Amino acid sequence: MISTVYAVLFYVATLLLVIGVGMKVVKYARTPVPLKIVVSPAPRTRRGVWLRMLREVVFFESLFKSNKWIWLFGYLFHWGMLIVLLRHLRYFTQPVWWWVELISPLGKLMAFVMLAGLLGLWARRIFQERIRYISSPSDHLMLALLVGIAGTGTLMTYVTHTDVIMVKAYMLGLIRLQIGEIPTDPILLAHLGMVALLMIIFPISKLMHAPGLFFSPSRTQVDNAREKRHISKWARNLPPLPEGIPAKEEG
Amino acid sequence: MASLDMNAEGGPKFVGDPLKIPKLECGASLDTDTFKAYPEHNEALGFPGELIENWQEVAIAKIGELASNNRAFQVYLDTCVKCGACTDKCHYFLGTSDPKNMPVARQDLLRSVYRRYYTFAGKYFPWLVGARDLTKEVLDEWYTYYHQCSQCRRCAVACPYGIDTAEISMAAREILDTVGVGQKYCNEIIAKLKKTGNNLGLNPKALRATLEDLEEDLEDETGIAVKIPLDVKGADILLITPSADFFAEPHIDGLLGYAKVFHSAGVSWTISSYASEAANFGMFIGSYENMREVSWRIRQAAKDLGVKRIIFGECGHAWRVAYSFLNTLAGPFDFLDQNYPIPQHILEFTLDEIESGRLKIDKSRNDAHIVTYHDSCNVARGSAMGDKEGGQFDVPRAVLKAVCNNFHDMERDTIRENTFCCGGGGGLLTDDLMDLRIKGAKPRMTALQQVTADHGVNKMVAICAICKTQFSKVMPKYGYDMDTVQSAHQLVANAVILDGQETEEAE
Repeated sequence: MISTVYAVLFYVATLLLVIGVGMKVVKYARTPVPLKIVVSPAPRTRRGVWLRMLREVVFFESLFKSNKWIWLFGYLFHWGMLIVLLRHLRYFTQPVWWWVELISPLGKLMAFVMLAGLLGLWARRIFQERIRYISSPSDHLMLALLVGIAGTGTLMTYVTHTDVIMVKAYMLGLIRLQIGEIPTDPILLAHLGMVALLMIIFPISKLMHAPGLFFSPSRTQVDNAREKRHISKWARNLPPLPEGIPAKEEG
Repeated sequence: MASLDMNAEGGPKFVGDPLKIPKLECGASLDTDTFKAYPEHNEALGFPGELIENWQEVAIAKIGELASNNRAFQVYLDTCVKCGACTDKCHYFLGTSDPKNMPVARQDLLRSVYRRYYTFAGKYFPWLVGARDLTKEVLDEWYTYYHQCSQCRRCAVACPYGIDTAEISMAAREILDTVGVGQKYCNEIIAKLKKTGNNLGLNPKALRATLEDLEEDLEDETGIAVKIPLDVKGADILLITPSADFFAEPHIDGLLGYAKVFHSAGVSWTISSYASEAANFGMFIGSYENMREVSWRIRQAAKDLGVKRIIFGECGHAWRVAYSFLNTLAGPFDFLDQNYPIPQHILEFTLDEIESGRLKIDKSRNDAHIVTYHDSCNVARGSAMGDKEGGQFDVPRAVLKAVCNNFHDMERDTIRENTFCCGGGGGLLTDDLMDLRIKGAKPRMTALQQVTADHGVNKMVAICAICKTQFSKVMPKYGYDMDTVQSAHQLVANAVILDGQETEEAE
């Protein structure tokens, strides 16, 4: 029974995540950009823009320049999460890919890094007056959810081990559209339930900042307005204005 | 945190921290309101004269229209994570302590309404994501706080996703205009420009008389007939400059500087009475159509006069519109000489003249001045100069260093891409916002006081008509004479030696 509920939950969550994010991305991509609004100084070439975006994604360059504390906690959290997520590939692949084996010990440690980052961000949200002012309940709940996921995961890694062989068999089954048996360990069920919830809310929440970054005109445009005329589709269709100066304006 | 300058004469001093973050004071700036436009101003721009009956419905629909017409607006509304990196970046927040002047809070005034009507979470769980209905109070709050943003983009540099509050604030003003709530200062000026070709409402006759007076002044000063041509067909260069350059101090001295540079370069140039304005307030109100109409006049004038090049005078937002938007709004400029940048900035032109050695300079004529440079926000973060990344910072400094011996930059976090707005940009340069303007100038003034203490700086150069007017008004409040702010081309004019001009040494 629980196995089936979780199977349905994961199929629904995956569909909502993929379709939801896909639809948003298509919408962003199709929405015209009427003007060149690069925040300068900006690269003058497409290649330069790729490098700028790479620095943003890998180093969080703008954030580093603007706020060292948020950068530190945000950086720990995101990189911690990335390594932890990559380590989770071992539950979905058979045989486990060599490089996943390689980073697995690191992935175990990164859980703490991720938690430290999250708690740092949350502390700022609670204790830093300006950030408290701009926070909605959802901003706190999002952190609570991530702390919950990371916390239950860490518990299973270091304290109350769950039957990972069984979990893996269940996951590999789901990939092949077969519903097997899931361990009914409450911590595992809480962990997976929260992950599914995160996947479901991803496309309708601020988590869209991840794909959104790649559609931010102020960062992704090339600074070449003088050399290359930029014009959006709807602007092209505006009624033409008169060439030449109306005579009455003289004198 | 400001750093101390170890090279300061007499050792490092500490005057004040231009980046000092105040404690929040809710509502501190709530009563700071700018005058609303009269019906005739709104109507001249194609907007309803006053608040329409079904404003709520229209405003909500307009949000949807903007989101589907402008990717930036859509993405910026969706992707903010409330990290807080922008919260201490706005000069109006630093100056007023009002939390709604923190960039993210300013965006949220509109984002909260967008969420209520256009997102799943906001429709069904408004309390969870801070979504709210669009009420008259909200509309009033928009008017108040979106007119306390100078669209300077300092927050957009700080944002990890490049979310630009200027885009949100332009959109908000467009929504307000669409329901009949315009701002007097901007809308009256745009209406005037559509009638006369410039923000001052100056007719061609008056303009000609003014320029002739200035020619006389130049001849008195130099003994040489330096011309400021108007409406000369077949001239090579069309100069588009803010109309303040014809009338206001210290702007005029900049115009005299351009004239000397053009004279010395031996090029033929002209001003147009039809497009006698570089400023384009259409940008401030976020109206693509109005911005296009204003820009179009430049195309018309260029074609009518048969010029080969367009050069812009010193003006901040005008240069953003010129550099980043003109090609879009009024292009393609295939009828101009493609060997020159279209359009070109006067400082690019002047630097070329200096570097080629054609312009004769006596730097010592500026020795009484100890100079610093205020990067105008729109030039710094919305445009570029030259052909290298960051040219908008380096070209003006190269010109200044070529014409004067004493130059000192202000605190690093207050210049270049981190520069502060003067406090009067984005359509806020109006007397009814004087209190806000004084407060908004505080970060810049503190940074200036620091270099004055450290190096004896007594002149601050700006290359923006709004900056110049704003500073000459607010500087006395901070212990400076109003003429402490100068045009870059005023210093150029001081140092240039024209061919045949008698120098003091020769006398």
